[in-house]
Amino acid sequence: MSALLQAEGLDLRFGAVRALDGVAISIWPGEVVAIVGESGSGKSSLLRVLAGMQRADAGQVLYRDAAGATHSILDASDAALRRLMRSDWGFVHQNARDALRMEVSAGGNVGERLMAAGERHYGHIRKVAAHWLERVEMDPARMDESPKNFSGGMQQRLQIARTLVTNPRLVFMDEPTGGLDVSVQARLLDLIRGLVADLGLAVLLVTHDIAAARLLAHRIVVMRHGRVVEEGLTDRVLDDPQHPYTQLLVSSVLAA
Amino acid sequence: MSETTPKPRPLAGYNFGYLDEATKRMIRRALLKAVCIPGHQVPFGAREMPLPYGWGTGGIQVTSAVLGPSDVLKVIDQGADDTTNAVSIRRFFSRVAGVATTERTAEATIIQTRHRIPETPLREGQILVYQVPMPEPLFKLEPRVAESTRLHALADYGLMQVKLYEDIARQGEVGTSYNHPVMVNHRYLMSPSPIPAFDNPKMHMNAGLQLFGAGREKRIYAVPPYTDVRSLDFEDHPFKPVRAPHACAICGSAESYLDEVITDDAGGRMHVCSDTDYCASRPPLEDAP
Repeated sequence: MSALLQAEGLDLRFGAVRALDGVAISIWPGEVVAIVGESGSGKSSLLRVLAGMQRADAGQVLYRDAAGATHSILDASDAALRRLMRSDWGFVHQNARDALRMEVSAGGNVGERLMAAGERHYGHIRKVAAHWLERVEMDPARMDESPKNFSGGMQQRLQIARTLVTNPRLVFMDEPTGGLDVSVQARLLDLIRGLVADLGLAVLLVTHDIAAARLLAHRIVVMRHGRVVEEGLTDRVLDDPQHPYTQLLVSSVLAA
Repeated sequence: MSETTPKPRPLAGYNFGYLDEATKRMIRRALLKAVCIPGHQVPFGAREMPLPYGWGTGGIQVTSAVLGPSDVLKVIDQGADDTTNAVSIRRFFSRVAGVATTERTAEATIIQTRHRIPETPLREGQILVYQVPMPEPLFKLEPRVAESTRLHALADYGLMQVKLYEDIARQGEVGTSYNHPVMVNHRYLMSPSPIPAFDNPKMHMNAGLQLFGAGREKRIYAVPPYTDVRSLDFEDHPFKPVRAPHACAICGSAESYLDEVITDDAGGRMHVCSDTDYCASRPPLEDAP
């Protein structure tokens, strides 16, 4: 078996700031990898580069599709990237409002990716959308409501339904639980964990929340100042941190 | 009313068909490109025309670029030959180009139209020139021009379908009774200009050449003869051309597109054909007004 997504030697500068400095990362099918680190450590930049939303200055990102063909993400055309985003990938933003169409009903939001992929049967789109609303623990009866009426947690769950409806193989998540209160966070994490296990998704999760990483991730990548300082199985990294920065990060988690 | 007017002499000192040579070439090049890529919007350097934006500046530029001395011109506005706009544009071309004009669809070689397709089917060799206020079918959904251009380039039209989905979810049917978006040649999403949805099916596999000119927005696009033009819909909610469920009060036609005319202040109204030439070509009802 080979890696789903493999990146090597990624460099990215914003002026004098090195957002990424020789970063290498890989993710295998069905695996959840958490990228943790403080604000400004380059974790979101890394996610954007891997998802083809930002060109790196150097390095390469290779993605293997379901047919086994390899795509170089940094050289891919806009059309090819959009095709990947539509069929193979999903992206969950921190702020659901960035991803959702607020003036379109919940059902329309979930159905958009289906329609973009060529689905033209209204009844079928409704059925699939209702099914996905149920999977993210939302009442399908609220399908025709505007996301404006939903709470932050519901908007986030709607975003997840919208992302997963086309059965992506790889999902990028950028702080999916950020900005939500603790009990809603817990439910959302539970939901994501269930979905990931059921669907066998590969997830690349960016978070500064160590607890979320522990709950969801199989592997953890610790970043600081644009470099990967430590990488390993979740339990190993969190219970026996080697790098001083990881030790600091782990010890600064508040015990409830 | 429907006789062909005698051929006046062209205006001296002007290039044929009003436009200067460079402009005419530029527009004809844009037209050629538009015909080669059906449904694709080609930018062109629209000129100031001697009528206001919104009255057909795009249409008359396209018409004058394709007009030749032997052409016979018909101009309709909402189907009618006798409205101010249609009369003025027809008179304009007969004065500056000296071409023959007509009100008969069958006799015309070029038909400039605003918001209708004639009821009489076009034949090969005829050109239908549409006046287009807004060429971009996505403009209400995607405010950024750069982004909608990108969506066209990537044939990413999920957004338009979402709009139709929302219409059906909210009101049980598609809400656009005019300017219903079409897919041209299975590739480009195109605005048919604000023609009634009733006319959309006439664009499909039409024998005539259909040219679209948007003067203010500076875009030209085209549907060549016998091109596949499909109105967007869902498999289980097929596209329905809308027509008022009446017969024409003058000719009794139950097939043509109707205008509703208010006749008095007491709620009196009647339905008449919007295509005046079609209506006049049919025997009037005995009790016609």
